[in-house]
Amino acid sequence: MSDLIQIAQQTILAPVGLAEQDLDRMLGELTGSGIDAADLYFQSSRLESWVLEDGIIKEGAHNIEQGAGIRVISGEKTGFAYSDELQLPTLQEAARTARAIIRSGADQSVRVAGTPMPRQLYAPINPLPTLSEVEKVDLLRQVDQEARKQDPRVKEVIVSLVGAHDVVLVAAIDGTLSADVRPLVRLNVHVIAEQGSRREQGSSGGGARESLDYFRDQDRALDYAREAVRQALVNLEAVDAPAGSMPVVLGPGWPGVLLHEAVGHGLEGDFNRKGTSAFSGRIGEQVAASCCTVVDDGTMPGRRGSLNMDDEGTPSQNTVLIENGILKGYMQDKHNARLMKVDTTGNGRRESYAHLPMPRMTNTYMLPGEYPPEEIITTVERGLYAVNFGGGQVDITSGRFVFSASEAYLIEKGKVTKPVKGATLIGNGPESMTRVSMVGNDLKLDAGVGVCGKEGQSVPVGVGQPTLKLDELIVGGTEQ
Amino acid sequence: MDQRKGELQQLVDDLLGEAKRLGATAGEAAVSSNAGLSLTVRLGETETIEHTRDNGLGVTVYFDHRKGSASTSDLSPHAIKETVEAACNFARYTSEDACSGLADAELMASDNPDLDLYHPWQQSVEEAIELAIRCEDAARDFDPRIVNSEGASLNSHNGLHVYGNSHGFMGGYPSSRHSLSCAVVGKQDESMQRDYWYTLSRQSSRLDAPEDVGRVAAQRTLARLNARQLPTQQAPVLFQADVAVGLLRSFIGAIRGSALYRKASFLLDHLGKPVFPDFVTIHEEPRLPMGLASAAYDNEGVTTGPRDFVRQGMLESYVLDSYAARKLGMQTTGNAGGVRNLRINSGELDREGLLGTMNRGLVVTELMGQGVNMVTGDYSRGAAGFWVEGGEIQFPVEEITIAGNMRDMLMGLQHVGSDVETRSSVQTGSWLIDHMMIAGE
Repeated sequence: MSDLIQIAQQTILAPVGLAEQDLDRMLGELTGSGIDAADLYFQSSRLESWVLEDGIIKEGAHNIEQGAGIRVISGEKTGFAYSDELQLPTLQEAARTARAIIRSGADQSVRVAGTPMPRQLYAPINPLPTLSEVEKVDLLRQVDQEARKQDPRVKEVIVSLVGAHDVVLVAAIDGTLSADVRPLVRLNVHVIAEQGSRREQGSSGGGARESLDYFRDQDRALDYAREAVRQALVNLEAVDAPAGSMPVVLGPGWPGVLLHEAVGHGLEGDFNRKGTSAFSGRIGEQVAASCCTVVDDGTMPGRRGSLNMDDEGTPSQNTVLIENGILKGYMQDKHNARLMKVDTTGNGRRESYAHLPMPRMTNTYMLPGEYPPEEIITTVERGLYAVNFGGGQVDITSGRFVFSASEAYLIEKGKVTKPVKGATLIGNGPESMTRVSMVGNDLKLDAGVGVCGKEGQSVPVGVGQPTLKLDELIVGGTEQ
Repeated sequence: MDQRKGELQQLVDDLLGEAKRLGATAGEAAVSSNAGLSLTVRLGETETIEHTRDNGLGVTVYFDHRKGSASTSDLSPHAIKETVEAACNFARYTSEDACSGLADAELMASDNPDLDLYHPWQQSVEEAIELAIRCEDAARDFDPRIVNSEGASLNSHNGLHVYGNSHGFMGGYPSSRHSLSCAVVGKQDESMQRDYWYTLSRQSSRLDAPEDVGRVAAQRTLARLNARQLPTQQAPVLFQADVAVGLLRSFIGAIRGSALYRKASFLLDHLGKPVFPDFVTIHEEPRLPMGLASAAYDNEGVTTGPRDFVRQGMLESYVLDSYAARKLGMQTTGNAGGVRNLRINSGELDREGLLGTMNRGLVVTELMGQGVNMVTGDYSRGAAGFWVEGGEIQFPVEEITIAGNMRDMLMGLQHVGSDVETRSSVQTGSWLIDHMMIAGE
């Protein structure tokens, strides 16, 4: 019996008087001819957030999310019900509802057996009390002061601090009994700077599966403040962005959102099982330039996108998606893996007990190449150097994706020159990846702020990449 | 429903009492309880059946002008106690803020008209599956180039929402919402495209026929096949009504109190000044019977009423809740929680008339990405649609961006079509904008 399972049982089941035998009995009810899989997902989470604005502590909020989701799968059919009441009769009712997808009697008994996770990527802590309320408030004030003292042009500063303690337990009719305790913390700084009548914004932040001390260590929180101000001041000088097709150099780290949109979503198992992705049926084919190797790695210690196990109880993995330009595999959950007759890759994730799991990314990044970043810039006659981005979006069927630069510069005659206003970049995933011509030796992961949305469900993710050059991408500016 | 409403109101009452006992000088709480069915069929077979049941409770307490909030999805007495205590605890650490507090007592809604929002759909799961299959079949059978499907989904939800505060205000009403949607994949040569369509109403009998939804989804998908890029150029842009809704929402975002007091809006200090050409009026009708966003009181209990935000192109009012109003030295407009049933006045021209007037330019039917900078108004988004010459559609386009500045785009609005998008709480016809920069090949 692993410690995590004990913690989860004590946190979620014991207070409502549920024991392991109750899980066995409920799972037994979920068996029957025609049922391929069924699971119970228990969750108890506490989230706390603080906001500083106008130099004062404006908001403090606490959120409880607790409940259980019950899923029954027969072939391609899924029945699902959930409840925020963790009483046995309510759960049995939900189980009957989910099971109604198939009409057969229960005929097997189930004994779950606890499986310890192969590795512990983060400590099973509750981050909320790792700083006292006074220390949290102090931290926010220090960040505010740090931002304001950088430059008198800084007019507005908003700082937010969020901590979450998420305890989950999964039991399935295949005998799975697994649990995880997932701390997650995040700090964001948003500033507005003013010069004459012009106002521009900058933002920065970071996070990890750590205690709140993470932000005091190595002055991380103060660095976020300085970085947000730096961006806002750069934007005050920005000229209109160019419009049209041109070479684009992407900086290392967060610009990896390109990979997330351009290839990541298109390689999720559900779309490929259904044949609706631009990458469907293309395993073994060249889908990117041969300098590109892209992985999805849920096993990086402490990272925002990392998981000891996914939400189906499968240990997370490091999955090679594209190797030297060749498509190697998709990201899978149990359901899509079974239907595609492959193994799950530990990518079955859900926003909460009230949502169905589906294949999702963890930390998605490109492995480093051989070029120093400075050398990559010198090869561009006229183009864009984009170093910070807002969000992105993809249409997985056509492969079209966009992502919005929030800090970018012109490259003229091999040199980075003027900053330009934020602009949307648009391309086609499979096509753009074949236009990657240089990969830097400076792989960097993002600071830990990524949120990925799919079919209305949000999950924390990580992205990363070295400096990259794409020979051609459309830049959506206003200057011809 | 009435009994459940009584229970939830009692819950709010008890919770406000508990907050008072813990020392709060004022408090407010909202509880919602929703139940429903979401199902998807794909390729003629049931894919998922989800029975949803969501509860949520949120409480905000004030210790004079210090504020604390907490929420929970678990409505057990234990969780509610933890929630009220957490909110009160936060209020010990947040700062004194003279603007924070409940909305003024004299603004509370005193009437509670029945806005006809609750029409539960008495249907079995089997009947719901049948409707979704008819919808998807109509799309799949429409044309052989429809080669795949993401399925048809039916959603039907009933909810109860209760709000109360320590002024003694207590409101509550049930509502329903039903929708049917379909998304299919088309293929021709090497081009693969998807598109969707949906119908949405508070009353199931007002939904479009399932076959019509399916057919439109198929037509929209087919129309995208073999899309091309465009050369980089300036051109007029016609935003189809369903995407024009997004432009109207961005405008509303820029006149929202929270953006204004933070000076994070491209429309700072524009009250009483022109923001649109003079033919434009933007009107809110919060008590519209059966409206998708109707309510007799806002999220602070403030009574709602009709209002013009823009009249003859001039900005007449901001969108304010009581906090933003105090920050700006104004009065709340009863918009805590957003705008309710907003409409921009339409002109005479239908879609064909708009195409003819534009003559040559871009019709935008899809926008991608988040490229609207609310501080500067800079606008740059991915787009797809059709190229128009001689007033007629020539070919589908994709993988382009359109860019400009929101202030110029609003002033450059030439026509609002009569083809009003009604499936939204913000309603508009198509927008013809004089010119934007298109980036492409």
